[in-house]
Amino acid sequence: MTTMQKLLQLPVNAVNIVKTVQSQVQGQEEDKSPVLTPDSGQHSWYNALQPDELRHLRSGGTGGGGGGGGDQEERAPLEEGGGGGSSGGTFQTQPLRHDDLKEMLDSNKDSLKLEAMKRIVAMIARGKNASDLFPAVVKNVACKNIEVKKLVYVYLVRYAEEQQDLALLSISTFQRGLKDPNQLIRASALRVLSSIRVTIIVPIMMLAIKEAASDMSPYVRKTAAHAIPKLYSLDPEQKDQLIEVIEKLLADKTTLVAGSVVMAFEEVCPERIDLIHKNYRKLCNLLIDVEEWGQVVIINMLTRYARTQFLNPNINESLLEEGGGGEKTFYGSDEDEDEDEEEKEKKAEVAAMAKRKPYVMDPDHRLLLRNTKPLLQSRNAAVVMAVAQLYFHLAPKAEVGVIAKALVRLLRSHSEVQYVVLQNVATMTIKRRGMFEPYLKSFYIRSTDPTQIKVLKLEVLTNLANETNISTILREFQTYIKSMDKDFVAATIQAIGRCATNIGEVRDTCLNGLVQLLSNRDELVVAESVVVIKKLLQMQPEKHSDIIKHMAKLTDNIQVPMARASILWLIGEYCEHVPKIAPDVLRKMAKSFTNEEDIVKLQIINLAAKLYLTNSKQTKLLTQYVLNLAKYDQNYDIRDRARFIRQLIVPTEKSGALSKYAKKLFLALKPAPVLESPFKDRDHFQLGSLSHLLNAKAGGYQELPDWPEAAPDPSVRNVEVKESVFTLLERVTTLTSVPEWTKCSSREKRKEKKVEKPFYSDSEGESGPTESADSESDSASGSESGSGSEESGSGSESEESEEGSESEEEEEEEEEKDKKKKKKELKKPVPETESEQSSEEEDRKIKRKSKQRKSDSESESDEDEESESESSQSESEDSESEIEVKKKKKTAEMKPPSKPVKKETKKEKKEMSLLDLDDFEPAPSPQVTPVNTFLSNSLVTDLEGLSLSDSVLSPATIAPSSVLKNYELLHRITGEGLSVEYCFSRQPFSPDANMVAVQMQFTNSATSDTKNLHMEDVKLQSGMRVKEFPEIELLSAGETAMAVMGIDFCDSTQAANFQLCTHTRKFFVSIQPPVGELMRPIFLTENEFKKEQGQLMGMNEITEKLTLDAKCRNEHAIVQRVTTAANLSRVPCGSDKECRFAGRTVTSSSLVLVTVATKEEGAAQLTVNCEKMVIGTMLVKDILLALTQ
Amino acid sequence: MIHSLFLINHSGDIFLEKHWKSVISRSVCDYFFEVKEKAVDPENVPPVLQTPHHYLISIYRGKLFFLSVVQTEVPPLFVIEFLHRVADTFQDYFGECSEGVIKDNLVTVYELLEEMLDNGFPLATESNVLKEMIRPPNILRSVVNTLTGGSNVGDTLPTGQLSNVPWRRAGVKYTNNEAYFDVVEEIDAILDKSGTTVFAEIQGVVEACVRLTGMPDLTLSFMNPRLLDDMSFHPCVRFKRWESERVLSFIPPDGNFTLMTYHVSSQNLVAIPVYVKQNINFFETGSCGRLDITIGPKQNMGKTVEGLMVTIHMPKVVLSANLTATQGNYTYDLTTKVLVWDIGKLNPQKLPNLRGSLSMQAGAPKPEENPSLNIDLKIQQLAISGLKVSRLDMYGEKYKPFKGVKYLTKAGKFQVRT
Repeated sequence: MTTMQKLLQLPVNAVNIVKTVQSQVQGQEEDKSPVLTPDSGQHSWYNALQPDELRHLRSGGTGGGGGGGGDQEERAPLEEGGGGGSSGGTFQTQPLRHDDLKEMLDSNKDSLKLEAMKRIVAMIARGKNASDLFPAVVKNVACKNIEVKKLVYVYLVRYAEEQQDLALLSISTFQRGLKDPNQLIRASALRVLSSIRVTIIVPIMMLAIKEAASDMSPYVRKTAAHAIPKLYSLDPEQKDQLIEVIEKLLADKTTLVAGSVVMAFEEVCPERIDLIHKNYRKLCNLLIDVEEWGQVVIINMLTRYARTQFLNPNINESLLEEGGGGEKTFYGSDEDEDEDEEEKEKKAEVAAMAKRKPYVMDPDHRLLLRNTKPLLQSRNAAVVMAVAQLYFHLAPKAEVGVIAKALVRLLRSHSEVQYVVLQNVATMTIKRRGMFEPYLKSFYIRSTDPTQIKVLKLEVLTNLANETNISTILREFQTYIKSMDKDFVAATIQAIGRCATNIGEVRDTCLNGLVQLLSNRDELVVAESVVVIKKLLQMQPEKHSDIIKHMAKLTDNIQVPMARASILWLIGEYCEHVPKIAPDVLRKMAKSFTNEEDIVKLQIINLAAKLYLTNSKQTKLLTQYVLNLAKYDQNYDIRDRARFIRQLIVPTEKSGALSKYAKKLFLALKPAPVLESPFKDRDHFQLGSLSHLLNAKAGGYQELPDWPEAAPDPSVRNVEVKESVFTLLERVTTLTSVPEWTKCSSREKRKEKKVEKPFYSDSEGESGPTESADSESDSASGSESGSGSEESGSGSESEESEEGSESEEEEEEEEEKDKKKKKKELKKPVPETESEQSSEEEDRKIKRKSKQRKSDSESESDEDEESESESSQSESEDSESEIEVKKKKKTAEMKPPSKPVKKETKKEKKEMSLLDLDDFEPAPSPQVTPVNTFLSNSLVTDLEGLSLSDSVLSPATIAPSSVLKNYELLHRITGEGLSVEYCFSRQPFSPDANMVAVQMQFTNSATSDTKNLHMEDVKLQSGMRVKEFPEIELLSAGETAMAVMGIDFCDSTQAANFQLCTHTRKFFVSIQPPVGELMRPIFLTENEFKKEQGQLMGMNEITEKLTLDAKCRNEHAIVQRVTTAANLSRVPCGSDKECRFAGRTVTSSSLVLVTVATKEEGAAQLTVNCEKMVIGTMLVKDILLALTQ
Repeated sequence: MIHSLFLINHSGDIFLEKHWKSVISRSVCDYFFEVKEKAVDPENVPPVLQTPHHYLISIYRGKLFFLSVVQTEVPPLFVIEFLHRVADTFQDYFGECSEGVIKDNLVTVYELLEEMLDNGFPLATESNVLKEMIRPPNILRSVVNTLTGGSNVGDTLPTGQLSNVPWRRAGVKYTNNEAYFDVVEEIDAILDKSGTTVFAEIQGVVEACVRLTGMPDLTLSFMNPRLLDDMSFHPCVRFKRWESERVLSFIPPDGNFTLMTYHVSSQNLVAIPVYVKQNINFFETGSCGRLDITIGPKQNMGKTVEGLMVTIHMPKVVLSANLTATQGNYTYDLTTKVLVWDIGKLNPQKLPNLRGSLSMQAGAPKPEENPSLNIDLKIQQLAISGLKVSRLDMYGEKYKPFKGVKYLTKAGKFQVRT
């Protein structure tokens, strides 16, 4: 008979067995009872509870017993035998009470049973032993009363391990429960069954888990997932079978199961990362709806997963790190002054990078980042921390910043939460200081903070210190030094020391401050200061002999051994700076030698030796004396040292070769100690983990793997390999491709490109390695913002599935209902894949798009998503349009730009081709004179811009300027056949980033050649600079040539005047920039934008109300017009009622922020925030014009 | 994950233990007691301790330590957050979270713990789900229970766990349908000696008490949501909706809950409602000191400042205080060295002042640092950031609920350095 069979037969005789077993146990119990007597205290507690009632219950119990069936009668003799004490009453009270309980448990009344169980559970809760009641309790496992049952379960789970045989009796009940029609009963049966730690039932548990894993009810499946680790800990041999169950449950599509099964995965088989592949996208998409505890586990697991599957998004940054020396400043430099420098550095590295494949983020990687981000808003600190560590370990550098705010928020939580968060922040600040710099003040210390929090905050403050904020931090430290909490003061002094070593500028200030502390009354403070000063002085001792002198005097007062030792070491080391004092100190020390601590003694010997070597005349005798004292010291270390030093320095006949080098040995130049943060290098532990907190590997910790060199095959995550999957992938790639403005900065890359390259490879290949990271977030948030009502059709698929469960109520508008229908359709087929969904969506999008085309033949957008969804169209179309554009270019070239009428016709032509053109990705809209912008003008320029971006050319090699909106510099007639036009190419001017690139096109329409075309006699307002275009040697008749010059306008719209010279003539010309050209776009996130905007209030903010032009009432048109009027970039925004743009002025890098908030009926409000008020005012005018005309 | 839980009172007695896996001897707590002995203040006990075989993660709430034992790697915040959730649940069930109340409800507590964790992994932490399974005690029920021998265990099965909105139980019915929202803002500030603000920020919380029948779907919108800088939401809030429209859309849990917490962007200037003129001096000789504090209104938006209270942690050498207060009264606790001046309502016509002398231990050197003042205050009917709820809409149910919004400003960690 197998155990299984035995067990299955159990129910039949269970009752009898219980009885016999009970009698046995009761027999034993009498022996045990004396052990239990010390519990009398507890007994009184019980009596105190409800003494009257107990009495009542007891009598009731016996009454009930009397009326009971045969069951009771059988029990009666037992009681007599066992309960001899109870009738005698003279025995201990303890067994009596337990008998009581048993009696109650055996009664027929549920109320009595319940009362008994409550008392038993209370015993367990207090940690008292109640194991002797097991047989009595276990009988009640089949009790009909759910309350009793529950308490019995509690008891069972607690004691089953100790009473394995008896516990088996209950199994049949659970087996029956597993078949119950009610899912909750099934679940609870499985839960208790799996909690009973009895090895013999492992096969039963296995069976039950397997069955439950395919249960109809997700709740039961969840319980099954919970049971897996329980069984695993009971019998690790079952691992293989359990992994099968885990695999099955991982495929589950409900949120209820997800968290629990990942938990099981982590406990049983965290190394089987391959099980995740197929479920990765599902987990990402479900994440937001999973309960919070599950979220934590899933996010932590996915962090590890992502580390094995994706490429390092900061790969190029790490490359830079290897190359450049000053990483530290490099990290902290989120400011813009450094940006240029950064860019240069990048260029320097371009060669190295070119060898590598440019980094493109895996769409799955992006999916993870995007879907976890909203969880930063969770109320659960653990979830926030989990997301934060995920971002820290996985996100591109530019995006990590979003976690700072959430983490700072956690600092307002309970002190335990603060403690953990601060530990993690401390580690983060070492790697990414810039991230927390804006929140510096949140780390200021209050006198009421617990010491451990204070010390951690101090650590963070120290890590955050840099040249710009050090003065504030030091001022803050000054208040801390006066604190009553001396441990904290000591820590502060250490922190000052670290600031001083890290930041050269303040070293002297810090040193002076610390020296002042030397006169502090508190000895601990002084001692700590001495130790820190010693370290600081070691860096530049020659400057500070007076400090050394001062410290020498302190030896009389300071008693803290470490401090004394430090002073002595200092004097010895720099004895030549204090030649007079040093011997005197030695003299004093020699006197007190015997009373000193060991470390001080060692330093005295040290000092003596050094002095002997430098100044033997004065100190010879003293040294001898000290060495003699040391020779007989109690400490063998000191004796050894004395002997060693004597041999080394005192010349004798036998003295070895070493003594010649004694001076070198003792007075060698010692490197200054590096004061390092204790949190350095902690980031190799996964942040937020216990191991990180303890800085030691905890049991069961899974190492955070390093990024792979090459990405493993991403197709393993495809759920079903269908064509549509690839379209999805492609779509996402393009979705996340680089927006136009980042490309400008990566023009080096661009140079290598051929113009005719197909769109795809173009956009992908071009993504500059680091920029792509930034830009992705841009487009990602762009797609998020698409969730507004108008745009909902084009919302990304992930969002739809996220909203799935709750979106029903939200949708009211007609259009949205359509969407809902569609979604439902999509959802019906159960094994639906995302890819299908998305492809269908794409179709829809295209349809929508074509509708739009019909209705609205006007300008079509350069909005990311739309254009990209189209991008799958055939290449031929692209090239076709290209040809068209080229044609137009020619027409444009032929016609002098000063004829508006003809321009109109030209425009109309272009409108036809426009439809094809919007396949292209958005391009920097070129310059338009804002004042006389015709409505359709923007169209033209838009077109031109598009074609320009397509024919990728570096500005250095001169782009075809004719396609841009041109300004006339020199008219054909005044120029005697030479006409010159210019435009602002909106490309960074590579020789000098502070200059605006002006692209000039020379056309020689005269009959003779023009030679030596160059600039001369540049007249500029002060501060302005010009980088002349290279001389054009020869411009033959009928030819055109182009050149790029750079002008630093000093952020003013003053004209740059100069002479244009040919070999025969000179022409006075001037270039005046519209204000919109004095800036360059920058990338900001929504939050950064708001933050910056918040800092530019008051005088720096200009607000205008306006009524939008009738044709400019959609978001797209607004974006287009604003970007045409000013060289700004779009900032992603959560609301579709607002468009935001950001840029910086070219010269001073002042921030320019533009917000257009639309209201009903074309009413709108324009807000410009700019540090430069003049620029702001002008910009408001220009944008106003652009939007209203 | 979480292996065992021990509840320990202030004096170091373990009065409850619960094990979710095999039993761990309570002697493991000795490591904790050792550290606790060393730490002067219970708050200074590090929340995470390492012992040879276990890790101890503890929180300190309501003069109780919740000490959990962990054997393997687990995010510490996970445990800490969970322990706080346990404490919150006790608070929710019994009105307070203290030793006495837990001892009185030992069985209920034990049942709760049993339901909240399964094998150390959180199972049901939503108070609505728990309340369905284990009914919170109330007077009526305990009377009935004594008579009938009933218990607090719910006899219905907890269906909340199965639903899409686990935070709300099904079939809620009220005769009076009402929804109240309290916007409570706290000013955290550090002012320096001269009264200039070193650091100030506002954080707020929207507490809700919603008693509505059925499954209402609420939308709460603000007049000026742009003020909000950083927020965290109850899981019921639809995040996407907030992102796109800046409205809070949610199916509320039944009863009291925290809808959101927020932080007002630090760029906005924080109005500091009171100013403090203080002068605390300790003299070199004579072992005495002088104290003179005056509080006056500053930017209080025309509202009265109430519940004004000043707490000062005096240096150890201060033996007693002999002061006179023009308003309110003061107490000086000799053992903890805490001076509390309870002022009450701030009268702008007659500014409250506290002055007098402090006597110090003879012969002791004068303290180097002046103690900082912690200010407590309340302003009714005002959210100091200017945040305003504009409207509350209900969908999904037919009846008209009663809606109410209350504003309150409090001092959070409001400290004046001296």
